[in-house]
Amino acid sequence: MTAATREPSRPTRDGSAGLLARVIALPPISPRRAGYLVERTWLITRHTWLIIVSGFFEPLFYLLSIGIGIGALVGTVTVDGQLLDYTVFVAPGLLASSAMNGAVYDSTFNIFFKLKYAKTYDAILSTPMSAADTAAGEITWALLRGMFYSAAFLLVMLALGLVASPWALLALPACLLIGFAFAAVGMAATTYMRGWQDFSFVNLAVMPMFLFATTFYPLSTYPEPLQWVVACTPLYHAVELVRGLTIGLVDASLVVHVAYLAVMGLLGLRVAAGRLEKLLLR
Amino acid sequence: MIHARGLTKRFGEFTAVDGIDVDVLRGEAFGFLGPNGAGKSSTMRMIGCVSPPSAGTLRILGMDPAADGPAIRARLGVVPQQDTLDLELTVRENLLIYGRYFGLSRALVRERADELLDFVQLTDRAKDKVEPLSGGMKRRLTIARSLINDPEILLLDEPTTGLDPQARHTLWDRLFRLKQRGVTLVLTTHYMDEAEQLCDRLVVMDKGRFVAEGSPRELIARYSTREVLELRFRADEDISVYGEKLAGLVERIEVLPDRLLLYTDNGDRTTEEVHARGVRPAGTLVRRSTLEDVFLRLTGRTLVD
Repeated sequence: MTAATREPSRPTRDGSAGLLARVIALPPISPRRAGYLVERTWLITRHTWLIIVSGFFEPLFYLLSIGIGIGALVGTVTVDGQLLDYTVFVAPGLLASSAMNGAVYDSTFNIFFKLKYAKTYDAILSTPMSAADTAAGEITWALLRGMFYSAAFLLVMLALGLVASPWALLALPACLLIGFAFAAVGMAATTYMRGWQDFSFVNLAVMPMFLFATTFYPLSTYPEPLQWVVACTPLYHAVELVRGLTIGLVDASLVVHVAYLAVMGLLGLRVAAGRLEKLLLR
Repeated sequence: MIHARGLTKRFGEFTAVDGIDVDVLRGEAFGFLGPNGAGKSSTMRMIGCVSPPSAGTLRILGMDPAADGPAIRARLGVVPQQDTLDLELTVRENLLIYGRYFGLSRALVRERADELLDFVQLTDRAKDKVEPLSGGMKRRLTIARSLINDPEILLLDEPTTGLDPQARHTLWDRLFRLKQRGVTLVLTTHYMDEAEQLCDRLVVMDKGRFVAEGSPRELIARYSTREVLELRFRADEDISVYGEKLAGLVERIEVLPDRLLLYTDNGDRTTEEVHARGVRPAGTLVRRSTLEDVFLRLTGRTLVD
């Protein structure tokens, strides 16, 4: 993430662009201080690296079971008139979903524990670190972790011959963006959680998206009204972005996906930083 | 170092700190005493720049927390009421990463971490995880952590609550040394012996306000007597009868369920006078008056949760 220190935005232009700029205006973030929080997590990870490595296997197992196993039954899928091997179709869907899952897990369960039980942030905020620095640092870590998984998964795709275009190189930054969007919103949601029971809502949001947001079959499968519903979900934009890049179907719609995810992430970060401040700096 | 006028903290309808005025000078050890819920911790959090005041003026090191929070926090050390150590990290790593939050270089942090581990006598546990440490060790580590930025003011919120006597004395000794080095100490406590040991000056807080202010000795002189004579009686006796019998003998008599407390300047003479009035207690004890007597007089004996 490259959020540099920003001035609080002044109400400037009229119209939706100006409004949007005001809504997503972030509190000042010091990248250097956010980095210290990443350093903290890195120190901890050196003691618990096995847990990190284990996270790589989940999408891989999905790829082997659904992609190759089910793929053998399904054969091919048609996307925009282009005939694709099912494995080639589903692999980017799994890549995008795993970027989402990793980010959500990191930013909900992990953060909730630190917020409510370990009181980690109480200690951190009595130093010069601000709530926004802390939020940015945590999200950055979620991104770095997600990037490690995404890169590994992309290499597996490459080895299995599932990458159809050099555009796939951009799938890695795309996954970073997906991670940012979901980690920021996940963290914002976590600040509203009252107890562990509230986490069932996280699953309630993530699971259906994973199953229905075009991870496993194209949008055209749905009747039109349902297509609109699916097209509103963030994972749909994540999957379509990554899929467009790995199968080489690059067009203007990708810009829409990027914009959707970027706005989602910035909004999430803003809410998360504001809420952390409210919760911790009472 | 710390200057507050009309400092107030409200949480919704509830007023935790109700317009206090306080000045803490450089190199001083200043204590906030009071029962639970008196507003001590809220005051400490405002001074620590992690809780914005609802009203009033607050200046710390000449700066305004609202505008210069990070700059002030950079020069404060904070020992919170509950330990907030990173349990997944080792003892030494806890210090290293905390120092980094202050923007200190890795080399400097390493050097200070080793010095501080030595200072709090944890050098031989440096590579151990924090989780299995005893309460006293964790507390010492928290104090070491609060010193990593070489703070000018050290804020300690109930530093020895829950520790055994040995651990408390070790901590007091370390805090005393810090004071000698010129670090300003601001602490809250409800242990009177702690306040007497450590504080040059203190305030007694109750319901968000100061009810008394001064050095431990001044407070004892003002709100208590030099000595206290405790008369114990058998459980089946009606103590209030004795209370009436002894009325007027000393400045103040307190009637408790099992004993009478007579506040006096000469315990032995009062004992003779008690006998002269025909009162025969099961046991007598003459002791020096302590801050505890002051505290209980000012904040009452009713249990506060």
